[in-house]
Amino acid sequence: MTTMFTPDHEWINIEDHEAAVVGITLHAQDALGDVVFVDLPEVGRTYKKGEIAGVVESVKAAADIYMPVDGEVVEVNEDLRNDPSLANSDPMGNGWFFKVHVSNLAQFEELMDPPGYDALLKTL
Amino acid sequence: MSAAASSPTPSTELHHTPLHELHLELGARMVPFAGYAMPVQYPAGILAEHRQCRESAALFDVSHMGQVRLVGSDAAAALESLVPVDVQGLSLGRQRYAFFTNAAGGLLDDLMITRRAEDLFLVVNAGCKDADLRHLTAQIGHRCQVIAQPELALLALQGPKAVDALARINAGVASLTFMTGGWFALAGAECFVTRSGYTGEDGFEISVPATHAIALARTLLAQPEVQAAGLGARDTLRLEAGLCLYGHDIDATTTPVEAGLTWAIQKVRREGGERHGGYPGAQVIDSQLAQGAARRRVGLVGLERAPVREGTVLVDAHGHKVGSVTSGTLGPSVNQPIAMGYLAANHAVPGGEVYAEVRGKRLPMRITPMPFAPHRYRR
Repeated sequence: MTTMFTPDHEWINIEDHEAAVVGITLHAQDALGDVVFVDLPEVGRTYKKGEIAGVVESVKAAADIYMPVDGEVVEVNEDLRNDPSLANSDPMGNGWFFKVHVSNLAQFEELMDPPGYDALLKTL
Repeated sequence: MSAAASSPTPSTELHHTPLHELHLELGARMVPFAGYAMPVQYPAGILAEHRQCRESAALFDVSHMGQVRLVGSDAAAALESLVPVDVQGLSLGRQRYAFFTNAAGGLLDDLMITRRAEDLFLVVNAGCKDADLRHLTAQIGHRCQVIAQPELALLALQGPKAVDALARINAGVASLTFMTGGWFALAGAECFVTRSGYTGEDGFEISVPATHAIALARTLLAQPEVQAAGLGARDTLRLEAGLCLYGHDIDATTTPVEAGLTWAIQKVRREGGERHGGYPGAQVIDSQLAQGAARRRVGLVGLERAPVREGTVLVDAHGHKVGSVTSGTLGPSVNQPIAMGYLAANHAVPGGEVYAEVRGKRLPMRITPMPFAPHRYRR
């Protein structure tokens, strides 16, 4: 299992140890409604876990994206910048936000696994 | 992700409109608004509902708003003691935009007034209706009857094809023009229908007995042109239309002159007019009419992609604060960030640039005449 979740409804997928992919969950995009703008982090910048690494804005509201783990941002999704609605239509796929080089894999292991995240959603 | 602006569950019991069960059936996302559980959007979403209204017809439940009758031969003159608007000159079946003012010239609420054979019919904002009723009763209750009508629902059918849908139910409505109203039988109920709304589009507001509201809404939703739309789309539509939202763009601290609403103050109520003044704050408003106000409501278009929202500080090129934003979003039809706000009068120049402070950046915005999206009323 290579996709983990934060209690703040980000997902992070480790395909390889070079770069993990980060996005927002189906639940997050549903709570936001129609996404019209994303502010993505700076490529090359290192962020601490929990730091604000971006913003996602719907018609009605803005929400901060938190960095799920310590790491350096190595790529951002330019397609999402041009078409923010990808965050609604394909949040776990083409609507990804950024890629991060994870500096502390232990932090990744501490996040919620899919059953854990499902259990969290049931409490909302 | 930080919590999206989903409102916390309030401790007080929320009121339901007569359409509540229908909203749930349609899959609406309900949010607290002015003490009511209201649909902010349906499964289609705000952008789709916004487009539906611009392209075809959208049905909004606005039953949370207050509907009030003023009855008696002195009602129009009495109401003129509370609003800077020509009420006595309003002919039968005509509707007019108005506002209650306070002693400082500030706006207590904005409202619609329609002259009917039997009364003056007022529609006031949901969040203000209790205070408005107290105000009316205390100030003019001795001159006319002030009758609240909680037994009525209010539906807004808005969009270029609204007339096609509604005329199929009663052909008579097609003869109404913008800001006029009349009684029409719709789906088995006597309804008061005005050709007005708050979206910038042609359309109707339908005052219907609560007992018949769901039946009428179902009849309207069964028309091919019509889909339900929530308060989210209503907000983006009214902002594109350059229309103020009470409690955001105007409130008790803003005057009609600051808010650019002087078009609603007819000559007869101004200096030199036959029924000049005589309403709360008249001196303040008169002097601002003569000399201008220190700040002005303006329209703003963002030159970058980020929406600029309510509360955002506006600065000039030197970084000095010159105003703030009172409403803002990405305009779904104009596909640009749009906002309304107040600027110091010397900066409120169409075509001028100011900067919005958003998350530590200064985003350029151009001062733009409103509406952002053209009005398409049937005059």
